[in-house]
Amino acid sequence: MLTGIGLLWLAFVLVGLGTYLLRFSFIGLSERAALPEGFKQGLRFVPAAVLAALVAPALVYDGTALGGWLVSDRLVAGLLAVLVAWQTRSVLLTLIAGMVGLWMLQWLA
Amino acid sequence: MHRPRLAFWAGLQAIAPILLGIVPFATIAGAAAVGAGLPETLALGLSVIVYAGASQLAALELVRQDAPVFVIVGTALIINLRFLMYSASLAPHFQALPLRWRSPLAYVLTDQAYAVSVSRFTDDAGISRGWYYLGAAVPMWITWQASNAVGVFLGAQVPPSWSLDFAIPLTFLALLVPALKSRPAVLAALVSAGVAVGAAALPLNLGLLLAAFAGIGAGLLADQHTRSS
Repeated sequence: MLTGIGLLWLAFVLVGLGTYLLRFSFIGLSERAALPEGFKQGLRFVPAAVLAALVAPALVYDGTALGGWLVSDRLVAGLLAVLVAWQTRSVLLTLIAGMVGLWMLQWLA
Repeated sequence: MHRPRLAFWAGLQAIAPILLGIVPFATIAGAAAVGAGLPETLALGLSVIVYAGASQLAALELVRQDAPVFVIVGTALIINLRFLMYSASLAPHFQALPLRWRSPLAYVLTDQAYAVSVSRFTDDAGISRGWYYLGAAVPMWITWQASNAVGVFLGAQVPPSWSLDFAIPLTFLALLVPALKSRPAVLAALVSAGVAVGAAALPLNLGLLLAAFAGIGAGLLADQHTRSS
């Protein structure tokens, strides 16, 4: 490993400090900073947009293609999890359905 | 629900099922850290200093590739820029709290603590928000650090054929679906997903940011469209 341990400590401390500043940014402001209305409206879509951006590449790129199709086992298992999440509104069942779904697809393929 | 203990308990109940997904996530992060060659102190320290799984995994991958320090730091911070949005979103709810509260509250901010809190805060105006949020965030921090330590010390003993890393996107997915409360929100998610997949090859994980902004933009447009029609 070319990057020495000392440099890695430095890198991680920098990431940690920067990340804390990001987390602290608005929460730390005691003034009711006047956020523009459009900004406030946009914040409502942050969970949906950010979580989707985190999930999608992992489902599309990390799986094994199913029988020559472009679709992967992880994508199908992910869609199954979405269905279960939508119908049951249970986080627990969603996690179980996704993992069991993936294992079954891997076993069958 | 003004009473602290009830609010804390409610937060704990909200985060509890998600912790099932956090355990493999953090274990994998710990195993990845020692797998990338980090000594155990640094592997444990990373999770305490940064406490952001997605950026930790990305940084460790870059460490394995011998990437320069500025690329590691830049990529990790870009991935974590979403915390700025979460902070902006939660800030109004914590405004009344003194700084000695808000400083640690900020430290334990995660996607999961954010998602369960913002959803509850919009539905229930009376709840003691600081305590609810802590009820979600503190158990998650403890679970994360403990599972990370297990991953650091067990290291290579978890077989990759179990595909436990799939628990990571599943954890986010379990938070995503409840957030799709309106048609504009669904559109925001679809656009974001599409851009994220298309832009995945961009350096420094810029695709994530691009996708988030595209999704927010699409949501706002759809929102205006439904309002004006």
